[in-house]
Amino acid sequence: MVIDAERCKGCALCVEFCPTDVLALSSSFTAKGYHPPEIVRPEACSGCDLCGMYCPDFAIYGYRL
Amino acid sequence: MSVENPVERYLRSDRMPHIWCPGCGIGTTVNCFTRAIDESGIPMDRLAVVSGIGCTGRVAGYMHVDSFHTTHGRAIPFATGLKLAAPDMKVVVYSGDGDLFAIGGNHFIHAARRNLDMTVICVNNLTYGMTGGQLTPTTPEEAIASTSPYGNFEHPFNLPYLAESCGAVYVARWTTYHVTQMKKAMKEALLKKGFSFVEVISPCPTLYGRRNRIGDSLDEMKTYKTRSVIKNGADTKEVDLGMTGPIVVGKFVDRERTTYQDAMEAFYSRKLGNRYVRASQ
Ligand SMILES: Cc1ncc(C[n+]2csc(CCOP(=O)(O)OP(=O)(O)O)c2C)c(N)n1
Ligand code: SF4
Ligand code: SF4
Ligand code: SF4
Ligand SMILES: [Mg+2]
Repeated sequence: MVIDAERCKGCALCVEFCPTDVLALSSSFTAKGYHPPEIVRPEACSGCDLCGMYCPDFAIYGYRL
Repeated sequence: MSVENPVERYLRSDRMPHIWCPGCGIGTTVNCFTRAIDESGIPMDRLAVVSGIGCTGRVAGYMHVDSFHTTHGRAIPFATGLKLAAPDMKVVVYSGDGDLFAIGGNHFIHAARRNLDMTVICVNNLTYGMTGGQLTPTTPEEAIASTSPYGNFEHPFNLPYLAESCGAVYVARWTTYHVTQMKKAMKEALLKKGFSFVEVISPCPTLYGRRNRIGDSLDEMKTYKTRSVIKNGADTKEVDLGMTGPIVVGKFVDRERTTYQDAMEAFYSRKLGNRYVRASQ
């Protein structure tokens, strides 16, 4: 999956609704002061794109090769 | 290899980031809508998106298809003109609960009655988001709004029941928690001939969620998850929304009726014979 952190507004929907707990909000800040998600379990990502469907800011999406 | 975000080709990327608040549900509905367009097979140049005014109304301005950001409440009249002049366009009205059912309510009931061949998507956040969180015709009883500081005593519209009673041929309701079902409903609505209606219950954390002590967007999404009950084919009379209690979601109506355009063609062909000239072919 791909994260465009500068679009993110830190709502955590992607973190909550990822079915395999791939993501967590990081402690870093975007230029606007939000905490974007970071990948904590890369091997668990199926590319299902649920994060992409939820993200209100078009800042993350998943894909399968 | 990297693949582009599936929403990207439908966005006016130069207008990103958008103005919606953190956690606002409107962006989630746009993700589902663009994936539904992809799956429907409708080419981008055959699709028009028409919005009224409001936070949801900005969808027309952000989408990289033929789009029309009209005046408040009048998305359906503009869309009607567009559809009648360009019958092979797929016309989608995308707007908020206030725009479509307060100032624009009259247009909604007549478009459904006429069975105009168009899709209406309502992002129902139960409030006038853009103007400061006033009461709309869908605000649940008891809910606090800037114009009802002690709570709402008015009885709200039940939108699926309204749509069905007026004549819509496809009616579904989902919440922004139900992303895959919402995408499927939007796809079915896009492919349905006649007046199709999809209601999406969506968080406005800034002006509805906080004021009603629901919390932020994630908290409201969790309430959708626990409160929702899927009942495809439910009697729309029974899908009222309250502050608490079940949120009944599903596909409620899928039926056939003669469309406005087909009725007009048949009627004038019969009355006028070959003197009748069709709008465009
Ligand atoms: C004729 C007219 N009256 C009032 C307004 C002010 N106004 C702008 S948006 C809006 C309501 C929007 O509410 P809704 O359609 O629910 O959209 P939301 O912002 O919640 O997505 C109002 C009353 C206006 N722009 N034009
Ligand atoms: S693509 Fe699916 S599995 Fe991967 S991070 Fe997104 S939601 Fe989680
Ligand atoms: S859903 Fe989008 S905006 Fe929200 S935290 Fe995840 S990447 Fe950021
Ligand atoms: S005011 Fe409400 S509806 Fe408007 S962008 Fe903010 S959260 Fe969304
Ligand atoms: Mg609204």
